[in-house]
Amino acid sequence: MASLDDLKKRIASVKSTQKITKAMKMVAAAKLRRAQESAEKGRPYSEKMNNVILNLSNGISDKENAPKLLSGTGQEKTHLCVVMTSDRGLCGGFNSNIIKKAKSYFAKILDEGKELKIIIVGSKGNDQLKRVYGDKIIENISFKESKNANYFDADKVGKMVIEKFEAGEFDVCTIFYNQFKNVITQIPQAQQIIPLNNEGEESSSEESYEFEPDEDEILSNLLPKNISTQIFKAMLENSASEQGSRMSAMDNATRNAGEMVDKLTIEYNRSRQAAITKELIEIISGAESL
Amino acid sequence: MSEEFKVEIINPEKSFLVKDDVSEVVVPAFEGEMGILKDHISIISFLKPGIIKILSKSGDENYYVEDGIVEFKNNNLSILTSTIFNLADLDKSKQQDLLKEAEEEANKTDINDQSKYLADQKVEVLKTLN
Repeated sequence: MASLDDLKKRIASVKSTQKITKAMKMVAAAKLRRAQESAEKGRPYSEKMNNVILNLSNGISDKENAPKLLSGTGQEKTHLCVVMTSDRGLCGGFNSNIIKKAKSYFAKILDEGKELKIIIVGSKGNDQLKRVYGDKIIENISFKESKNANYFDADKVGKMVIEKFEAGEFDVCTIFYNQFKNVITQIPQAQQIIPLNNEGEESSSEESYEFEPDEDEILSNLLPKNISTQIFKAMLENSASEQGSRMSAMDNATRNAGEMVDKLTIEYNRSRQAAITKELIEIISGAESL
Repeated sequence: MSEEFKVEIINPEKSFLVKDDVSEVVVPAFEGEMGILKDHISIISFLKPGIIKILSKSGDENYYVEDGIVEFKNNNLSILTSTIFNLADLDKSKQQDLLKEAEEEANKTDINDQSKYLADQKVEVLKTLN
């Protein structure tokens, strides 16, 4: 059995770890509130944008000549995957869940003999993916400097994706992110953004719009913006999910540390008592032998 | 009968402005300025850099936008934009910064005609503000 001194040291170290995890939980909780708020505030924009595009694409007269961002290049040879992860660790299964989802998708694509290209947002994803898919990663972006998810960053990613699309580097683009449901549940999502997948969604109103200038021109202007908007939405959801996931992970860690302290304290008290009893026995038997 | 309708300006971060006592909105649509009154036909258009004028009972407001989309439907006007400033809050130094940025963009040679046109517009609008 460990000596009394060792036990004492271990208890102290677990206690200080507990303090850290507790503090991290508090910070995550505060940040979560903010992230959740901005995710909710950001929702109207992407919803409206989707709505307008839905109305537009229903109204488009010439489906053959629709912009490529909407209808696709007509083939599905090269897939681009944008995997959005966090820059910081200690957030439970947050990153692994996204990576798991992405990896199963990658495997499917490679099985079908298609080409795969990966863009990674966030340094944690890069750490996990570079070993297996290192040669497929074409870009790795990290926004460590930005405190909160902002549109400017999303726009940068969006512009890059569009640039690559226009250069014919890929046919289909999918983004991977965690959708925030609540603090304990985040759902990893795969969302196809190019070509735009509107199947199953029917416009509720059959109202006709007037367009100025014509539909095609508006669409070709709107679609690139929509890409950035979708990426921004993913970033917002992601940052809320990250904080939520970190909060519950740190909560668990704090609880586990508490349990460990209890166990160690019992062990410490027992061995202290054992030592005292042993000493007493020695003294008594010593006195008796006289 | 009231001649008022609702306007909502949304940017990616949040709902920027909601007003429901608006009598007229003038937006810098791509093909020229467009005044929108109540019961306008449903329309979708996009914006070029310019000034949005909102006329309402509680006072007029002016906003500078760089891009965006307008949608008008059932007397609801939604404006989606990524860059918007209230002119009342836009001070001289910020204006100068924006102007400088726009001029730099307009002087680039490797951009296509449309972005060139938009950048020129930006410069023009910002100059008139000064």
